[in-house]
Amino acid sequence: MYTDLFLNAIASGILLGGFYAAVTVGLGIAFGMLDVGNLAHPAFVILGSFCVYILNQRFGVDPILAALIMTPFFFVLGAAIYQIYYLCFERRGEEGLRGLAFFFGILFITEVALILGFGVDYRFVEAPYIGPTLHIGSVDLALRTLVPFLISLVMIGALHLFLSKTYIGRAILAVSQDSLALRLMSIRPYRVKLIAFAISIATASLAGAFLIIIQPVEPSIGRDYIGRIFAIVVLGGLGSFPGMMLAAFLLGVAESLTATFYGPSWSPAVAFGLLLLTLAFRPAGILGRRA
Amino acid sequence: MKHLTFWSLTALFVIIVFAASRLVTNDYFFFAGYVVLQYIVLATAWNVLGGYTGYINFGTSGFFAIGAYSSVVLHKLWGPPIPVLILIGGVLAGAVGLGMGGLTLRLKGVYFAIGTLALAVVAQTLVTNWDFVGGSRGVYIIRPGSVPLLGSYIHYLFLIMLILAGIAVAIARTIERSTLGYGLAAIRDDEQAAEAAGVPTLKLKLISTTLSGALMGMAGAPLPYYVTYLDPASGFNLTYAVNAIAMPLIGGTTSWLGPVLGAIFLGTIQQAATVTISSSLNLLFVGVLLVLFVVIAPNGLIGLYKPRRRVGATS
Repeated sequence: MYTDLFLNAIASGILLGGFYAAVTVGLGIAFGMLDVGNLAHPAFVILGSFCVYILNQRFGVDPILAALIMTPFFFVLGAAIYQIYYLCFERRGEEGLRGLAFFFGILFITEVALILGFGVDYRFVEAPYIGPTLHIGSVDLALRTLVPFLISLVMIGALHLFLSKTYIGRAILAVSQDSLALRLMSIRPYRVKLIAFAISIATASLAGAFLIIIQPVEPSIGRDYIGRIFAIVVLGGLGSFPGMMLAAFLLGVAESLTATFYGPSWSPAVAFGLLLLTLAFRPAGILGRRA
Repeated sequence: MKHLTFWSLTALFVIIVFAASRLVTNDYFFFAGYVVLQYIVLATAWNVLGGYTGYINFGTSGFFAIGAYSSVVLHKLWGPPIPVLILIGGVLAGAVGLGMGGLTLRLKGVYFAIGTLALAVVAQTLVTNWDFVGGSRGVYIIRPGSVPLLGSYIHYLFLIMLILAGIAVAIARTIERSTLGYGLAAIRDDEQAAEAAGVPTLKLKLISTTLSGALMGMAGAPLPYYVTYLDPASGFNLTYAVNAIAMPLIGGTTSWLGPVLGAIFLGTIQQAATVTISSSLNLLFVGVLLVLFVVIAPNGLIGLYKPRRRVGATS
């Protein structure tokens, strides 16, 4: 009985980790590669959830398909936000304090706008894979977490291929590795960063769909994810995809075990506690070199 | 102006405001005034670290709630008078601030900011799971109906917060015009250069985080008596954090006057909006103002005034 509980907690933790990786990958690009501390990323994920909710409830579109429809819009939104950020902060060299405050404000505006538009009720979507559960031996896999897990792996794999194989992807990597060297070669990192940041926000659309498939969504739950996703990015070693995946699974399993054996009210402390410990003792991440 | 003069003027100002408030008969004024004064303390405390030293603290609500919950514990154990609660809350939150100062050894910029946010959430989880202080159900505090000399209890709370605001502002002003303040400014502008020039950066940062944390805790200590019902979701409310950041940034971070102006401006508007429109709309308002100010007027309300004077002086 006890081992069953344990195995189930591990399995659901891994599925949860896949979802966390999808929520994090956008921030991994923005913060890990471009050095843009986008605190508002979880708010965009919630925004994605609500867009999917509208398409699903009004027009009966499948949540995942709805997210794919929304992706271009999120891409444009991301480009617009980076444009403002660049003009107002990065170009003036004030990205530190004011840039962070800017994103903190965006986080609040998005959240309150959603509350004003939809109220504080929990919203959910309908799809055939929400409800059934797969049984493998004594382990239960709920399809509502399995489907996001699989699609999230596909999405991250595709992004990884894009970054390592295509021209623009390699340009983004170049900016993240040494933007000063680029400038010395008279290349402006601005355009590359604009595209990269737009991609990072575009991923929030799919991540939002995953979120609302897994659990009902309410505008202010985004805050819970700030700690989780920053923990994963930092733990994963800032922008390293394999490190980020590993960190996401680690956090998912740790939270799932805590929730199973100590109760769900302790699970926020896991993410944030892990984050504090990482920041204090291993700022370069689990796979990173020592700074 | 000498430090002593400023302290005396602040004390005089506090007395005048209090005397004037005795003429107000409507109790709502005191409830609203308390909140605005509390924000003056929080914004000033945040600015000691954020504005003077350049380290952003997203965990204001954590320190605030540490003060509030330390009062809950003491109230249940022994029930000391509020000034004692404020002192103890300040000491506890200051100790946590000292720990946060330790974080600055390794963390700069964004990392530090996220670390403080993590600190607040960990503290919230601990309190949520601590049954003695009510856990997630919250806790009721029964306050005395009236106080000798002052009458209504809310007048007493108002007076205490007024004095606290005066002390916080005077401390901030004293720091600003002392060697400590210049050292902190050097850290803000370039920490490595400051270290190289012989500024004892660690010591100064520790003083700054401890003071800032202690003031936030002191602001939170009377809270249980003000609200009479406290639960973790309201004590650790992110609203305190966003206001503590928005107010100095809107007012101006380089001088003690900035957070005060910002707190009075935003605090009054919010109090008015909560009553007349809705409480979620006023948060939207804070968010929009914060973004507008960091984008358009990076130096805040004070910055709007100063450049004009400089132009006049040079022409």
